[in-house]
Amino acid sequence: MSGPAASTATSTETSTTTPRKRRSIGWLLLLPGALWLAAFFVTPLVQLVATSLYDPNGSVEAGYAMTWSWGNYTEALDFYSEPFIRGFVYAGIATVLCLLIGYPLAYAIVFKAGRWKNLMLVLVIAPFFTSFLVRTLAWKLILADNGFVVSTFKTLGLVDDDGRLLATGFAVVAGLTYNFLPFMVLPLYASLERLDHRLIEAAGDLYASPAQGFRKVTLPLSMPGVVAGTLLTFIPSAGDFINSQLLGDTNQTMIGNSIQTLFEAGSYPAASALSVTLMALIIVMVAIYIRRAGTEELL
Amino acid sequence: MTLDTTDADGAADPGTDVAGAGDLELRSLTKRFGDYAAVNSLDLTVPAGAFFALLGPSGCGKTTTLRMVAGLEVPSDGEVLLGGVDITWAKPYKRPVNTVFQSYALFPHLTIHENVAFGLRRQGRSDVNGPVGDMLSLVELEDFAGRKPAQLSGGQQQRVALARALINEPKVLLLDEPLGALDLKLRRQMQLELKRIQLGVGVTFVHVTHDQEEAMTMADTIAVMNAGVIEQMGSPNELYENPRTTFVANFLGQSNLVDADISGRDGDDVVVDAQGAKVRIPADRVQVNDGKVWLGVRPEKVFLASTGEPHTGNSLGTARIVDVSFVGVSTQYLVRMGWGQELMAFEQNTGARPIMRSADEVEVRFNGAHAFVLDHAQDARAGVDED
Ligand SMILES: Nc1ncnc2c1ncn2[C@@H]1O[C@H](COP(=O)(O)OP(=O)(O)OP(=O)(O)O)[C@@H](O)[C@H]1O
Ligand SMILES: [Mg+2]
Repeated sequence: MSGPAASTATSTETSTTTPRKRRSIGWLLLLPGALWLAAFFVTPLVQLVATSLYDPNGSVEAGYAMTWSWGNYTEALDFYSEPFIRGFVYAGIATVLCLLIGYPLAYAIVFKAGRWKNLMLVLVIAPFFTSFLVRTLAWKLILADNGFVVSTFKTLGLVDDDGRLLATGFAVVAGLTYNFLPFMVLPLYASLERLDHRLIEAAGDLYASPAQGFRKVTLPLSMPGVVAGTLLTFIPSAGDFINSQLLGDTNQTMIGNSIQTLFEAGSYPAASALSVTLMALIIVMVAIYIRRAGTEELL
Repeated sequence: MTLDTTDADGAADPGTDVAGAGDLELRSLTKRFGDYAAVNSLDLTVPAGAFFALLGPSGCGKTTTLRMVAGLEVPSDGEVLLGGVDITWAKPYKRPVNTVFQSYALFPHLTIHENVAFGLRRQGRSDVNGPVGDMLSLVELEDFAGRKPAQLSGGQQQRVALARALINEPKVLLLDEPLGALDLKLRRQMQLELKRIQLGVGVTFVHVTHDQEEAMTMADTIAVMNAGVIEQMGSPNELYENPRTTFVANFLGQSNLVDADISGRDGDDVVVDAQGAKVRIPADRVQVNDGKVWLGVRPEKVFLASTGEPHTGNSLGTARIVDVSFVGVSTQYLVRMGWGQELMAFEQNTGARPIMRSADEVEVRFNGAHAFVLDHAQDARAGVDED
């Protein structure tokens, strides 16, 4: 009799200790990440939201009083709706351009590059070896009024004789597209690379022409890459100020520039209110976008 | 089942077909990868409506052959004809041929219903619900129409792959080891199911497998393929009873191959000298006219008699039993011949005779009409299952 009794005892013991131990290991593994997030994400975020509600009449030197000034928000929206809209439009156009350039590029790297695949991937990432700022400055030189791009465009009649490229919306969108293209290409590459080539063959076997096969199989299966790529392009573009500052018209800035200017002028509450609004708008847009793209189950 | 089966009767019996009506014909079909010929000048005719098996070991070129028929691989040489029409260069999506892929290749983002409807939609059919419903009930998956492939078991996915191909009513259905991923029990079950479906729809099935038992139970014609060429083609019975190469003799079942010489002819029989024993084999079972040969006898065709028992058939002389393994329905003996070779003999456990023991002396006999004589130039171990 003692045998079965003993084994029952040990089995209840293991069944109570094992899950508890498992759970505590799970929490332990979460801890470093959670601490990191608390220190470097939650704290600044709370500070940012708090600052956006400070008394706008304070100053860095005199300090700010917490007055729950919701007026900061209405003012921000009143004064800065134009750069908001312009920022989103520029970011939107740049994202679409990145997709139009990046998809064929990623597709070619995965399916057509053969042994050049790795080299092409390195070339896509190559710009990261130089600083973002330096590369954007280089574009300033390339698009300069006396540069060869403008003179070539003038000869071709693409630009009026007294027209220019620098300090236009075109230059800003071009700069954004250039700077964020790798963020589009890499997720697209990853999702196309993962795609089982035999599915494309199966589509062909089932009477799909190459174009139909692309539309019905390749494209839907690469949607996670499209969604990830567009988010990684759109979100940083929408908040970017470098491209607009270096390549754009100072009277037609993006919202990033407005925030930067306000911070530099010491108007912290207004700048914070703009930042929080920008963040909220982006979150709403992204949520709607992901819902519409219907890729939750593919992600 | 609501499928149109009006032409199934004629199609189920390939013999009654008008020659070439819907036959699949491969003419000196060749595929080279670099200078390696994966498929080497293959000639093959698959009669319309046949359940045809392409049987061969791994890497012998079965998939490559199918891919050329499906249009997924461009032949280096030769032609593919379907019902007399040259389709060698037709695009895959323009061929009346569908494939059940080795890996199923179901579209993971589409429901089962949409997977099955895929081919019809691409052909511009809008009334797909009826046919898809019929097809899903044929493969007994009506209740799964709304699911995604990842939510099905391996056997269910296999049936979806079959339904997705069959719904297009192709002239030829290519099946590339469709049962390879299934466990033995499910595999046996699916074999019967496939056979039932094929008889029902009357479509030509070209079934690729490296499982000889699968090929023999399912197909009405088998082509045994080895190293890019067809070794022999015929009904399962014909291939098993009268193999023409050592590869077929060993790959389909097992064979005892004895070093022998042709010593002459006697009426309809050829007289063969097998290590001193004169045996007679019907001429239509002999592949060579003279010189050195392999005399082949299947283990279950070998009869171990007590020495001195009177007989009228062929005898290879006396031997000593070296191993006895009892496997229930039969007993498998290993006997050592006078010249040192070990032969296998399987005997049904009918109970009519007592089971013999190791070291017993026996006489090895067989009926000449059950033996076969092969060219000695071939490797006697070709096609032997090494494990
Ligand atoms: N794309 C390719 N490039 C080079 N060699 C190939 C290619 N495809 C197949 N081969 C070679 O051709 C030969 C036949 O391959 P195939 O896939 O037709 O074999 P199989 O008979 O289907 O084998 P299995 O039973 O393992 O599926 C193999 O030796 C294989 O290595
Ligand atoms: Mg294969």
